Amino acid sequence: MSSKVTNIVVAGLGGQGVLKGTGILADVALRAGYDVKKSEIKGMSQRGGSVTGDVRFGKEVFSPMVPNGEADFLLVLEPTQVEPNRHLLRPGGVLITPEAINTDTLPHKRTLNVALLGALSAHLPMPEDQWLESLRAGFEETFFEGNKKAFLIGRKSSQARQAS
Amino acid sequence: MKNGKLLSGDEAIALAAWDAGVALGAGYPGTPSTEILESFSELGGHAQWSPNEKVALEVTIGAAFAGARALATMKHVGLNVASDPLFTSAYTGVDAALVVVSADDPGMASSQNEQDNRRYAVAAGVPMLEPSDSQEAYDFTLAAIEISERWKIPVLLRVTTRVCHSYTVVHPGGSKGAPKAASFARDIKGRVMIPAYARLAHRKLRQKLAEMQEWNESCQLNRVVPGSEKLGIITSGISFMHVREAVPEASVLKLGFTHPLPMKQIIQFAKSVKRCLVIEEGDPYLVEAIRAQGVWVEGKPDMYRFGELDVPRVRRILDNDVSPEPTKPAGKPPQLCDACQYRIVFESLRKRDCIVAGDIGCYTLGVLQPFEAIDSCVCMGASIGVGLGMRHVLPSDQARRVVSVIGDSTFVHSGISGLVEMVYNPPPNGHVLIILDNATTAMTGHQEHPGTGRSLNHEPTNKLVLEDLVRAVGVKRVHVVEPRMGSEEFDRVLTECLNSDELAVIIARRPCILIVKQLKQYEQRGQNCECDPKGANVEQGN
Ligand SMILES: Cc1ncc(C[n+]2csc(CCOP(=O)(O)OP(=O)(O)O)c2C)c(N)n1
Repeated sequence: MSSKVTNIVVAGLGGQGVLKGTGILADVALRAGYDVKKSEIKGMSQRGGSVTGDVRFGKEVFSPMVPNGEADFLLVLEPTQVEPNRHLLRPGGVLITPEAINTDTLPHKRTLNVALLGALSAHLPMPEDQWLESLRAGFEETFFEGNKKAFLIGRKSSQARQAS
Repeated sequence: MKNGKLLSGDEAIALAAWDAGVALGAGYPGTPSTEILESFSELGGHAQWSPNEKVALEVTIGAAFAGARALATMKHVGLNVASDPLFTSAYTGVDAALVVVSADDPGMASSQNEQDNRRYAVAAGVPMLEPSDSQEAYDFTLAAIEISERWKIPVLLRVTTRVCHSYTVVHPGGSKGAPKAASFARDIKGRVMIPAYARLAHRKLRQKLAEMQEWNESCQLNRVVPGSEKLGIITSGISFMHVREAVPEASVLKLGFTHPLPMKQIIQFAKSVKRCLVIEEGDPYLVEAIRAQGVWVEGKPDMYRFGELDVPRVRRILDNDVSPEPTKPAGKPPQLCDACQYRIVFESLRKRDCIVAGDIGCYTLGVLQPFEAIDSCVCMGASIGVGLGMRHVLPSDQARRVVSVIGDSTFVHSGISGLVEMVYNPPPNGHVLIILDNATTAMTGHQEHPGTGRSLNHEPTNKLVLEDLVRAVGVKRVHVVEPRMGSEEFDRVLTECLNSDELAVIIARRPCILIVKQLKQYEQRGQNCECDPKGANVEQGN
């Protein structure tokens, strides 16, 4: 395991499932045996304002916050939130937005956060079944099939992009 | 990382309280402290929302007097409200553990100020612990219980937003000794603070603090991370994490037990390194205390007193870089929900060109566009007193336009005494108070309060009926109105009240649209239960 910490920021608007997304991400990293920290600013998130959540994992993580300009991955659920958060990304870091996937194919609009996690997952070392385990544990059982489908749509489109 | 759980700092405090057999947790909601009692309740603990922080602390003092372990939780400004019992409970001491959690909010993610409550530990003379992550939040809660019972004194557990709301790995380690059973032991001299006994108690308190300081010199809650002799950093709380990341080569004195400070250890550390720097968020608490000992340590430039610290800021402090920081692009600000009934109220206030003494809650968003219909917001409950003060001194054409606006939870928290003031010292042209009753404490995530008729875990309990209370205090003109889109009723009632030159209270009642579904469930639960059925009903205006 390299000593480098992986930094991920998820951004969107209140109600889009940003914090659910960082929860799944942190859980899968924990299952994979990493030290993990997840940080979020809640406050008025329910009133439709901007929300961001940070997840960092590696051998040992100190600060729970991703420093400006050091995010390896920036996941944005809402196009208007790209510019306000772009400064978080390091040079050469990967931006993942809803454009990465064909959102029409999603089982439900609400699964966008999970589909983007799928797109992210193609860049990360955790195996697919660990992700699915976290998805199963993180939501009510009835949502699992829909989430699995959305996750795999995201994951495949990202893999296809990397291959091309 | 095997067997570790990913917990927030708040959840870790709750788990430790549960593991240590805390018999009663009481508090008032406030970001970032709210989830402590919610998690404690979910674990099976006895947790209660009090009307405000002062009452919460008093309830836990009573429990601790009676020999049961107790936990009081609040946000930083909540401790202002609870400071009266805090200061004197330091004198009386406690029989079983009393842990008082103060959750500070440097950077004001969701607060009206960024006061640094480490000052309270000094002012009240209580011991203080400051965890840096969730593991420490767990461990230090257990340590606080131990210290509290060893010295028979309330302990302040001071956390900050990034500790409360960050999730880090926790290995729960079990309890520190089983709690004894609650039982009353009379101690009149120790607990009845008439001057004659309080004089003795103050001396005893100073004696305890001196002993704790000595004990703290070799306490495991502080530790040194060995490193370079060229650079030493003294730090505490979340700043420790930023420091370890920004300068892994530095030697670090990490303080966990931060009042009374282990001064000998600090001085020894400061002298052992060439450059000694104190890195702390907020006030220069550590720097001032260390310099007062005649030891020179570097502090941070004043610009870093504002807001949170993070890794880049710690790097800048190390470089003594005072150049302007890059500004962060503004995100989308929060706003009143599209279907929020408060919109109707604020439109009406704007239309009547009211001077609005506001309060704190979701409705404070009425200050933003398109309403811009709030003219002051100081602290919870202040709307009533501030509005009355304006009414007393303004020329009557202006005074007649002054309105106080307060939420239901805030009214119960600290508006009731303002209402009594209104009746006792009425302004010449009367006054208009609007209570926005959305049947919840929405701002902090929809907690119950005495006016909802449900307790912390949403089970029915006795209900405080606001209009009955208002009438009982002596207000004659009381209106209960349901603000509805397309209805002129609210506006009409407001105009009537403004023109009446009397004392008037308008209760604008309609449940928050975000909890309509939950309310239905609670109602059903209430109907299946033997308790006072009134407790579960949500009154929708009348
Ligand atoms: C002394 C103090 N305690 C707690 C808080 C946190 N807080 C701010 S507003 C609020 C209550 C809001 O409830 P309510 O008045 O019912 O208004 P709503 O948000 O439902 O509109 C709380 C708990 C605070 N700012 N100050």
